[in-house]
Amino acid sequence: MERRTFLKVSAAAGGTLLVPVFGNAIAAEELVNPMAIQFKKALADAALNAATKAGASYCDVRIGRYLNQFITTRDTNVENIVNTESSGVGVRVLANGAYGFVATNVMTADAVAEAARQAVAIARANARLQSEPVRLAPVKGVGEVAWATPFTKDWRTVPVKDKAEMLIAANKAALATGATFMTSMLFQVNQQKYFASTDGSYIDQDIHRLWSPFTATAVDKASGKFRTRDGLSSPAGMGYEFFDAQPRHKVRAAGGVTTLYHGAYDIVEDAKAAGRQAREKLTAKSVEPGKYDLVLSPEHLFLTIHESVGHATELDRVLGYEANYAGTSFATLDKWQSKKFKYGSDIVNFVADRTTPGSLGAVGYDDEGVPGKRWDIIKDGVLVNYQATRDQAHIIGEHQSHGCSFADSWSSVQFQRMPNVSLQAGRKKLTPDELVKDVKKGIYILGRGSYSIDQQRYNFQFGGQLFYEIKDGKITQQLGDVAYQANTQEFWNACTAMCDERDWRMGGSFFDGKGQPSQISAVSHGSSTTRFNGINVINTARKIA
Amino acid sequence: MKLLDQDSAKRITDKVMALTKADECRVTLSGSRKGNVRYARNSVSTAGLVEDTQLTVAVAYGKRQGTAQVNEFDDKSLEKAVRRAEETARLAPENPEFMPAIAKQAFRPSATFNPNASEFTPEYRAEVAFQSIDAARKKGLVAAGFFSDSTGFECIANSNGVFGYQELASLNFTVTTRTEDGRGSGWVNRAAYDPKQFDARAASEIAIEKALRSVEAKALEPGRYTVVLEPSASSDLLNFMFTAFDARQADEGRSFLAKKGGGNRLGERLFDEKVNVWADPWDANAPVLPWEQQSMLARQKTDLIRNGQVASLDYDRYWAQKTGKPASADHGNIIMAGGSKSTEQLIAETRKGILVTRTWYIRMVDPQSVLLTGLTRDGTFYIENGQIKHPIKNFRFNESPVVMLNNIDELGKPMLIGDAGSRFRMMIPAMRVRDFNFTSLSDAV
Repeated sequence: MERRTFLKVSAAAGGTLLVPVFGNAIAAEELVNPMAIQFKKALADAALNAATKAGASYCDVRIGRYLNQFITTRDTNVENIVNTESSGVGVRVLANGAYGFVATNVMTADAVAEAARQAVAIARANARLQSEPVRLAPVKGVGEVAWATPFTKDWRTVPVKDKAEMLIAANKAALATGATFMTSMLFQVNQQKYFASTDGSYIDQDIHRLWSPFTATAVDKASGKFRTRDGLSSPAGMGYEFFDAQPRHKVRAAGGVTTLYHGAYDIVEDAKAAGRQAREKLTAKSVEPGKYDLVLSPEHLFLTIHESVGHATELDRVLGYEANYAGTSFATLDKWQSKKFKYGSDIVNFVADRTTPGSLGAVGYDDEGVPGKRWDIIKDGVLVNYQATRDQAHIIGEHQSHGCSFADSWSSVQFQRMPNVSLQAGRKKLTPDELVKDVKKGIYILGRGSYSIDQQRYNFQFGGQLFYEIKDGKITQQLGDVAYQANTQEFWNACTAMCDERDWRMGGSFFDGKGQPSQISAVSHGSSTTRFNGINVINTARKIA
Repeated sequence: MKLLDQDSAKRITDKVMALTKADECRVTLSGSRKGNVRYARNSVSTAGLVEDTQLTVAVAYGKRQGTAQVNEFDDKSLEKAVRRAEETARLAPENPEFMPAIAKQAFRPSATFNPNASEFTPEYRAEVAFQSIDAARKKGLVAAGFFSDSTGFECIANSNGVFGYQELASLNFTVTTRTEDGRGSGWVNRAAYDPKQFDARAASEIAIEKALRSVEAKALEPGRYTVVLEPSASSDLLNFMFTAFDARQADEGRSFLAKKGGGNRLGERLFDEKVNVWADPWDANAPVLPWEQQSMLARQKTDLIRNGQVASLDYDRYWAQKTGKPASADHGNIIMAGGSKSTEQLIAETRKGILVTRTWYIRMVDPQSVLLTGLTRDGTFYIENGQIKHPIKNFRFNESPVVMLNNIDELGKPMLIGDAGSRFRMMIPAMRVRDFNFTSLSDAV
């Protein structure tokens, strides 16, 4: 599920921010200087000692400094630049077999020690309600270590003027080719996270992510009709070099209908295409509902993967921990235990990982101090594993956590979040153009559109940004009003072909929501262009009063 | 940091404004203490307490403005925030849509705080979880729930003399109870400002009853049905629609309220004449702050839909000035008129229909028609001759709230909706609606 928490936070932070701002909004020299490591260690030790003294059997401390910059533009104006800086400490303990958590923005030894004692009191208050004590899979303390997102250009040191000019250039490009209105945004995130636990780890991480979505809107005032085309970029776990796209980063979509991007992004070029395509959408042929073979581009398929595989294989959902909110899962333990549950066709292989460079989910360690790793989720179409945290590993007979515990802030408690979950590329050589050649009656779908799936991850409906009719192996024209509905298991078993690794690339979700209180998380999903046979397509055109 | 009282908050906002040499300064200061307990599988899974206070400073030189936000409050940090904002402002170009700080406003206090909020303690939260889990266990069910409470304050100030300070406190509760075999599920949602108006056990019993009644669900063919929507079930759909009540979007031709040929549909009857919706910060059941944080404008009681007609659209300060209309503050709540009948009475007067307890994962499919898709969840039942005949499998729907509000048969008693991420606090009635469009079946329970 995608949430708008970041936007909400940013809007609240903005307050009176409907202004254009150029230049360095936060003094760069202050931003790039993290808190002194010895200060963080001393704070962490204060909490660990206080918790232990108060009777905690386990304690972890997360000291966070979170820097966000959020730029919004509209047409030729910079509307809003929000810079937020938030620092604080979250203390989680186990006492009497139950969890307690307290967070404070007061960063003194006394305050974090008091937070630790309060956390123990909360754990004790709830211990009487435990049906069984929490069991943590062992983690070997790693001592004092550090990890950072690899990047060559730090977004914090790039002048705001340059960033705003890039967005305005994109807006102008879309307006010149057919858009009536254009909005574009740039989200930039730096999480400076320090983790310490009674296991003996002191882990310092510096994580960077960014995303630049846009929406081009074409309006036909005479008919009262409007259509939009969103950007085809993918958010990335990398530095500002993401915007230095070279020809090698550009991918020709099947039939040459548009340009796609891999490893870096040319927002101006994409916006130029978007203006034209939004205008074309005003007159696109409304789709005839029925069964179609769908050819799904990675920039679209990532979201279907996210919803129908990523969330469905979260062990906390399977066990019922999300039953009140995000839901449970059809991928129940008995299906996994049978070792023969056909989640998808034989060519469907999903891998979970925290190690893919450039991905949103790449980290050195999770928020329980577990190193990032890679493992199989679905192998040759069969469900073989889940995503687990330290307190879940024993349930699936494992002795180590998968490293899937994360919090979105120092003030949020860590819990199970998905790693990058990616569909492996096809083993046979196949390009998107060759894939389309085999399709008699189909639709080629690109870009993320509307999305919805039920609480057990069966029934879903997805839209997209661009829909092209495929007739007898040829892409003919844009279609409109397209959405497809399917059942997860039927859909993945209808997977009949996929392009090879030359076409494999990642899409991503910047604001994946889950949990109560709701938290966001960022995660990537890779795939190559993939074909699904005989999927139900509906027409979404409606008339209102 | 301790929650700030009005005098302490004022001292900080005054200090911040004294630190800047810019033409104008706007400050927002907010703090909260948020407690929660989360449970699942009849055990507490997490429980926590989070305290945080944030300061946002925006300064302007002419039409150049800069902003910074921090959550540290020593003198050095306050100065850091001001200097960062000033540095940004000096580098900023003029914004053609810049609106200067507003003049002093009068804010009539609203009842967003209740002194009983001091009852929110770890023991109180644990007791909420116990009452809910115990009730479920006694019926052989499995409970997963979430209780959260929040106490805090909001403060705004600007260099033209605007100053507003108000305390807030509220609670939210939801619980899903499921049968052990996973064939039945029920849910309930409660919100309140005063802990004395909340009973965890009584609320949980509603979810328990739904869970027990929802096993043996039968499949019904997708199609158009009369539905009885509980207040929580329709609030998400309405939330999507009301975020589009924006004059600029409509005037520019990019919302369902845009008029063919240009202009907007203000004054047109787009809904059944039984539909009346307004915003009112002083409503006793759903009070919200009497100002909008972004513009610092004082909120007013405002009709949105009157007898089915679009009664007002939101004009931000820039668009109001450009079009010669009065500016309006964003609404904090949405209140829809209903009747006095309970959901049970609406069911009793339904010949054939479907009771929808909860909707889920609603997303916009087409903003042109506000077509939304989503699903039913945690208790969907077939009604025949005024009685719940049997549970049914969940549906996916593709429906527009504009169409829905044209097909209203009858409205029930309004109820305060819990905070599910909505931009608005909502008081929404149960409603019986004709021809609601279910497009496919879901096997999910």
